[in-house]
Amino acid sequence: MSVLVNKDSKIIVQGFTGKEGSFHASQMIEYGTNVVGGVTPGKGGQTHLDRPVFNTVDEAVKETGADVSIIFIPPAFAADGIMEAANAGIKVIVCITEGIPVKDMIKVKEYLKAFDCTLIGPNCPGVITADEAKVGIMPGFVFKKGNVGIVSKSGTLTYEAADQVVKAGLGITTAIGIGGDPIIGTPTLEAVKMLMEDEETKGIVMIGEIGGNLEALAAKWIKENGTKPVVGFIAGETAPAGRTMGHAGAIVGGAEDTAQAKKTIMRECGIHVVDSPADIGTKMAEVLK
Amino acid sequence: MNLHEYQGKEILHSFGVNIQRGIVASTPEEAVEAAKKLNKDTGTSWWVIKAQVHAGGRGKGGGVKLAKSLDDVRKIASEIIGMNLVTPQTTKEGKKVHQVLIAEDVYYPGESETSEIYMSVLMDRQQGRNLIMYSTEGGMDIEQVAEDTPELIFTEEIDPRVGLQGFQARKIAFNLGLSGLAFKEMVKFVTSLYNAYDGIDASLFEINPVLKTSDNKILAVDAKVTLDDNGLFRHPDYAALRDIREEDSTEVEAGEAGLNFVKLDGNVGCMVNGAGLAMATMDIIKMAGGNPANFLDVGGTADAARVEKAFRIILKDDSVKAILVNIFGGIVRCDRVAQGIVDAYKNIGDIDIPIIVRLQGTNAVEAKKIIDDSGLKVHSAIMLKEAAGLVKELV
Repeated sequence: MSVLVNKDSKIIVQGFTGKEGSFHASQMIEYGTNVVGGVTPGKGGQTHLDRPVFNTVDEAVKETGADVSIIFIPPAFAADGIMEAANAGIKVIVCITEGIPVKDMIKVKEYLKAFDCTLIGPNCPGVITADEAKVGIMPGFVFKKGNVGIVSKSGTLTYEAADQVVKAGLGITTAIGIGGDPIIGTPTLEAVKMLMEDEETKGIVMIGEIGGNLEALAAKWIKENGTKPVVGFIAGETAPAGRTMGHAGAIVGGAEDTAQAKKTIMRECGIHVVDSPADIGTKMAEVLK
Repeated sequence: MNLHEYQGKEILHSFGVNIQRGIVASTPEEAVEAAKKLNKDTGTSWWVIKAQVHAGGRGKGGGVKLAKSLDDVRKIASEIIGMNLVTPQTTKEGKKVHQVLIAEDVYYPGESETSEIYMSVLMDRQQGRNLIMYSTEGGMDIEQVAEDTPELIFTEEIDPRVGLQGFQARKIAFNLGLSGLAFKEMVKFVTSLYNAYDGIDASLFEINPVLKTSDNKILAVDAKVTLDDNGLFRHPDYAALRDIREEDSTEVEAGEAGLNFVKLDGNVGCMVNGAGLAMATMDIIKMAGGNPANFLDVGGTADAARVEKAFRIILKDDSVKAILVNIFGGIVRCDRVAQGIVDAYKNIGDIDIPIIVRLQGTNAVEAKKIIDDSGLKVHSAIMLKEAAGLVKELV
């Protein structure tokens, strides 16, 4: 068991023949991911990385039976790419693209309501199920198989957490990089729910940052429904109010969305919160004992 | 991207939003000419002189004043232009004022009382939809209103499939207690305001106050307009309105080099790949007894040129007593980053503060060896805990 993607997933790459798409698709294939083809409008019929290229997602789905798509399309066209994937019947859409206008994402969020699909991202590192499928840009070797699930807004901090978990003698089931934008397809709570329901996952690492209330919502749900230990960390304790810190979503607005306020809520909800990001792995080992 | 009040108002006006009219001026002479022209165009014989800086609370710092004669206009404009305006939203050094907006007086007496309204348009993250927030308590600090009388703040959510509807605009005008001409004017005002928000890829409008004049007109007296940086590619004309004098010059320089940098006032600089890890690194510095001097995300390609630029930017700040480099090498190999650091260090020459380099990920061991063998005053670490320990030791 695992969540979102596994060895049986049939994955296509949108923006397959571009620089980013090519590079990461080959990394994914090297990891052993079942990449069945890709889409680049106008290049249908060609072969790229030994896989077929299609003009449309619709065609790719019909020809390959793809159910997962990863998107490396430039920001101006990425929203269109997400909607195309949903419309073609893709079940899990992972959008890596950073810099999509908020106005476009408002439209996407509304459009996706009519489809039975899950969007991860945008502006995220993707999803990896250890030893089965890497649908993202993360360094695969860090994620050794085990029984800890990770939910995180940030890329390199996810790798950091996974590395610590592995060095603490544990391993990873699935790591979900939900993305740092103001509007994302799968908020923290939804990702945590998936991992709570996954039999293989015994513990969850939840990493957030300043801004928004996604972690607080997840924490409240965990308090009522949680069945597994959760280790939490919130980045940005030292970030000054009102400044954008790299991720558009990471702006300290009101009192509720500071790192301190989030950690307090998480602690009240029974989450094992670490103050130092260097303690994520050891804390998880400790609570799983 | 933030806009000046005068720029925001001009854009709103182009979408049919009624505004307090005004003319921007950079010198006292221009201010007087502007005042004369406004008198001719609008009949106003009093003028409001408003400092144009990217900060709220300008009135509290003496950046907004009423002039009752052309001599007043000249005198006040010469006082405000060039001053360092300190408001609750600026640093204690304040912001230098380069321009003033000469605006018509809209609080003239008439058939009814004037009243001030608060209105903003923003995105509700939880719903992923835009909403209009408004209140009868305009002209005040809205955070204070939210705390004292939350029942006086209303919101109207916009369905992205159809946009703002007529019934919603009417509801807003009714909730604001308006009737007759003022009601009609408000319906028009809200509708054009939302069209503007949607049309320009804005991420925030805050109009405080919206004024109902004594002759029942509705107009924007102030305008805080923030554009979505990610949407600027669609609006090159608005992108050109950026005033880099309002931004930290080092941050501008960093941005041009593809580095995401924010200046802070601590003593330990840091250079990190990824925004989340960068914030976490700042937190580690604090826990180790230091204070972060900056946020710096070098991005995915931490090559020698970028690393060198990042070092140079951090080293500009004399209060920096140590630098922590924290790179988690995934796709980018640590040994290459390490070589980049060594090369950058040698290029810059004598760096007289300690540098701690923590490289983890692909080829981390080889990377540590490159750093350790370089003979430079650089401390190396692989685990985050070790790096934190080194910061503690050195600060």
